[in-house]
This record gives sequence, structure tokens and C-alpha cells, in this order.
Amino acid sequence: MRGSFWLALVLTAIGLYGGLVLAPMDYLQGETFRIIYIHVPAAVSSMSIFVFMAVQGAAALIWRIKICEIFVVCAAPIGAMFTAVTLVTGMLWGKPTWGTYWIWDARLTSELVLLFLYLGVIALYQSYSDLRAGARAASVLALIGVINVPIIHYSVHWWSTLHQGETITLTDSKMHASMLWPLLLMFVASKLYFLGSLLLRARVTLIKQESGKAWVRQALAIELPTAVIKPTPSSAIT
Amino acid sequence: MNRPPSSSAAPSLSQSNFAKRWLQLLVIALVHELRQRLRQPSQLLHPIGFAVLVALLFGFAVGPQPDRLAPVAPAALFIALLLANFLSMELLFASDFEDGTLDALAASGREMVPLLYGKALAFWLAQGLSLLLALPLLMILLKLPAMLAPTLIFTFVMMSLGLSFLGLIGSALTVRLRAGAMLLMLLILPQAVPLLIFSLGAINAAQLGEPAAAPLLYLSAISLALFALAPLAAKGVLSQEIGN
Repeated sequence: MRGSFWLALVLTAIGLYGGLVLAPMDYLQGETFRIIYIHVPAAVSSMSIFVFMAVQGAAALIWRIKICEIFVVCAAPIGAMFTAVTLVTGMLWGKPTWGTYWIWDARLTSELVLLFLYLGVIALYQSYSDLRAGARAASVLALIGVINVPIIHYSVHWWSTLHQGETITLTDSKMHASMLWPLLLMFVASKLYFLGSLLLRARVTLIKQESGKAWVRQALAIELPTAVIKPTPSSAIT
Repeated sequence: MNRPPSSSAAPSLSQSNFAKRWLQLLVIALVHELRQRLRQPSQLLHPIGFAVLVALLFGFAVGPQPDRLAPVAPAALFIALLLANFLSMELLFASDFEDGTLDALAASGREMVPLLYGKALAFWLAQGLSLLLALPLLMILLKLPAMLAPTLIFTFVMMSLGLSFLGLIGSALTVRLRAGAMLLMLLILPQAVPLLIFSLGAINAAQLGEPAAAPLLYLSAISLALFALAPLAAKGVLSQEIGN
């Protein structure tokens, strides 16, 4: 888990160096295009994490796998963070290039709706006192909301929007190689960050949800230093 | 397909028998819900009052000049109707949850889906029709031309159908929570955005004199998809909630 974070950090450093320093200037946008190295990986992550959440939610509801419920709940804050980063970097990119921070076109609106869907999943989970029931309700909501993701992805095809179309597809890319490799590196880095963050959060959520069970007490007792569980005079009375 | 246990001596359940029982359950639930709502007729006027209030707020906020109100009038109308539709949505399952009817239903193994249809349709008829009565008043307040009326009626009927069934899922998700109203709105409003977009697309097209068929078809498609699928989703949610 920690290895994933370190790898993500290293790849981010290399990718950002490649993107911010090494890559040549764009012929149209000049230096401002460089925010693509944060904006696009964050955008791809925001959509793929929602799909991940929906798949985990489906697995949790159909086959009643407990760990999938926990993955749904843990992926939501990470996805919300990536969506927020996408929106903010998009706004910062839009001001110099389009002249405006915001416009009500299909892609931006549906990305904003995606943010609210993430926040809804988080809010629903936190409003339950029974954490397992909350995780299941969050799974249902994730499944219902996943329909929004294809709408965002295809919005640039279906409606004429200000946001540009796809530059990279699975087979081809309109970007030059010198600009492309840092972007691909940042994709991988964002995935690795997501993996590390998800596993860390899942660990904590699992402990929190199962806190009454014996295995948790054993696991925690092993990891706590003995100085913390030193008996105090008051506990000797009880 | 789930078949309810037959109480008759002959165990053969044909397809038409199942369909007949299914529809019977739906009608029973629908009539029961409508009767409950009609017990306090004054409650039917609450959505009308709320919608008119929201329209008034828009009028006050925008100011008296006609050229400032005219561009936002259709939007104000649909936001007023949207919010009024949400008014009593969180109470959809509240009374049944509190007195244990939902638990009994889940335990009995009876078909829940037709009962959910009955609830959602009753909600649509009660809220939707009463808001339709408010429509002439709202059109006068917001100075919308009378020729828009047929488009407005059809658009509102389709939008409120979609909203009622969306509210079914939302109420099912928040049935266990005490103060679920705000959370319900937070969950359902993002999903209601496409309904709002296509409704206003239709009205804007009608205002320009263009054919409003395309947005109306999209709106109807979304609403009918919700009509078909939402009770199944709500049944899944309720089975999870109640089964514990």
C-alpha cells in the first residue's frame, strides 16, 4: 500500500517534470495547455472511479460480498476529490483560453452533477447509524448514478459544446509523442494513488465497521505500543 | 418471475392469473393510497400554495419590468413545479414504516412491486393533478402566453411522472432516517436535472414556434424508463432495509 503511494509520487514527479518542463509549447494555447497534465487524468479518474464504485456496488448487492460494500464507501471520497480537482483545474484553464471560468454546456454540467452524485453517496452513508445498512444504501445509489458517466463521456459528441472533443483514443492520438508520454505517465500515477488511498481507507473503514469483533481487538492490541494500555489506578478499582 | 404462493386448492398458476393478481394488488394499493390522501383534502392544496409562493418569490426577486421576467418565466414555472413535487416525497413510506406495515409486507412474501406502483401512481395523481390545477394561475403570474398551455400541460405531466418514480427510489433509500427530507432532495435533485433540461428545452422550442417533439420524446423516454424500472430498484432497496 505504501509502495503504491511512493510509486505514484515518483511517477507524478516524472510526469509533471516531463509535462511542465520538457514538453514543447502548444502552437495555439502556449504555456497554459500544461494544466492538461492534472486536468485530464483527474477527469478520467473521476469517471472511472464512479464506474468502479458501481461495479463494486453491484457485486455487493448481488453476491452480498462485504468487502465490496466497503470499497464503494471508500472510493466515494477519492472520486469526489478527483471530480473537484477536474472542475477547479478546468475553471483555471478556461479563464485564459475561453475567457470565462464557467459555462453551462453539457460536459461541465454533467461533471458538476457527477460531483453531486459523489457527495450524495457520501452523505447517504454518513447519515446511517448502522454502517452496514448505510454501505448497502450507498451501493444502490452508486448503481443508480452510474448512468450519468456515459452521458459525460459522450456529451462532447451528442451536443455541440465549448469543451473540446477527444484528443486521445485507444488506438490513436492527436497529440505529439513528446506531449503524450507525460500524460500517460500521469494516468498511471493517478491510478496508483487511487489504489493506495482506497486500500488505506478500506482498512480503516473495515476496522471501524467491525470494531466490536474479536479479531479487531486482537489486531489493534498487537499494533498498539504497550505504553498506551498501561493500567491506571482508576481501572484497578473496577 | 416470482409467483406468489397460491391459496387455492388447484396449484396451477397461469400467466393471466398472475397478471390479474398483480393488477389487483396495484389497484388495491392505488385506491388505498388515494383514500388516505383524500382524508385530509386541504393537504392537496399545499403543493399548489407552495408552487404559487415560489413563483411569487421569482416575481419579487426579478422585479416588475416585463423584459426581465419574460426570459426566466418558463424556468421559474418549472422550478416551482419541481420543488412543489418534492414537498411530501419523504413521507411516501413514513407512515408505513412507522407502524410496521413495510416489515409485514416484506415478511409476507407478497409481491411488493405492484404495491410500490400503486404508491407512486397515487403520489403522481395527487401531487401532479393538484399542481396542474395551479398551472393557469402560475401562467398568469409569470405572464406566459396561453398558446403554450398544451405543451406546458403535456411536459408537466411527463416530468411529474418521472419525478414521482424517482422519488419512490429516494424515499426508499431514506426511509430509515429521521430528518430525511433534505438528504432526499440532495440525492434526487441531481438525477432530476435531465428531466428539467428536456422540459425546458420543449418549452423554449414551443416559445420560438419550433416543433417541440425532440425534447418531449427524450423527456418521455426518461420518465417512462423510470416508470418501468424504479419500482424494481425501490423493491431492492426496501428488501435490503427491511430485511435487517
